[in-house]
Amino acid sequence: MSFINYSSREINCKIVYYGPGLCGKTTNLQYIYNKTNPEAKGKMISLATETERTLFFDFLPLSLGEIRGFRTRFHLYTVPGQVFYDASRKLILKGVDGVVFVGDSQVERMEANIESLDNLRTNLAEQGYDLDKLPYCVQFNKRDLPNSAPLEELTEVLNPTKVPQFEAVATKGVGVFDTLKAVAKLVLTELKRGS
Amino acid sequence: MSNQLVMYEEELQQISNICDVLQRDSNAKAVLVIDKNGQAIAHSGEVEHLDVTSLSSLTAGNVAATGGIASLLAEKEFAGQFHEGEKTNVHISIVGARVILLVLFDERSSLGLVRLRVRKAAAELTQVLEVLVKKSEAGNQPSVFAEITDDDIDNLFND
Repeated sequence: MSFINYSSREINCKIVYYGPGLCGKTTNLQYIYNKTNPEAKGKMISLATETERTLFFDFLPLSLGEIRGFRTRFHLYTVPGQVFYDASRKLILKGVDGVVFVGDSQVERMEANIESLDNLRTNLAEQGYDLDKLPYCVQFNKRDLPNSAPLEELTEVLNPTKVPQFEAVATKGVGVFDTLKAVAKLVLTELKRGS
Repeated sequence: MSNQLVMYEEELQQISNICDVLQRDSNAKAVLVIDKNGQAIAHSGEVEHLDVTSLSSLTAGNVAATGGIASLLAEKEFAGQFHEGEKTNVHISIVGARVILLVLFDERSSLGLVRLRVRKAAAELTQVLEVLVKKSEAGNQPSVFAEITDDDIDNLFND
């Protein structure tokens, strides 16, 4: 749910990075955090376990510049990817304006990708959202690994609706900002369309 | 997009005034009004050294998690929470099912006083929020997005 503040002239939106455990959602946010100017970002918060697995969420507030005198601020969240944290994932999806599905390109993670994407659809539907009507992008991460599945196969299985998709190596930053820009643009375009 | 929260000058002023009065009357260090989705709306008191954005997001996460626990226990919601620290205490309450009222206080105040003052402020906030929701739904205010062009959006992402 976007929050438009006419008093402080700000547009605030929420983007959620979703995907199976260890697919690189937190790594996406960490890269964005490390490469963004200090004045454009707030503190990155990670509610993680001792072994650095996301327990509840990661949060990164980001300022993307001004449109017609309105500051555009995006709150980026990740969900915990592990299957048993489903209750937490549902909470984080509340009020979402845009979604990035981060898929793990490794062949052996295909099942986990499919399960997570199904889970995304189900959890969104529970909140009254339809993934096909939300601003939504897909990122295929870990493209540098030797055991990655062919892009055609990933596209067919994980992006049948042909939303914007990006190949990424989040640890090196490849595709990270392309994905963020694409989803942010879709969110703003949707807000404009709905106005 | 449905369920969008829009804040106008007039209502923000009223909300800020309610925060100021609550902060003063309860001897609190700071008062924050936060949208349930984690966006800070207004604040009052000693906030210079606070990371308001992070505090808002974490408080909303906390309230969401507590709400999740409530529904597992077949409770509608837990309307209030209290965290006791060595120096700072935190009182969290949900107002009008829509926003969160966060009060930070120390030994200059007490939980009883904060609770008492929060009750009054919450009633006033509820009224302002009702007006705000009606105003948003009526949609007779000019939307910033009506003026924004596709080029404006493109330009935001040009390096």
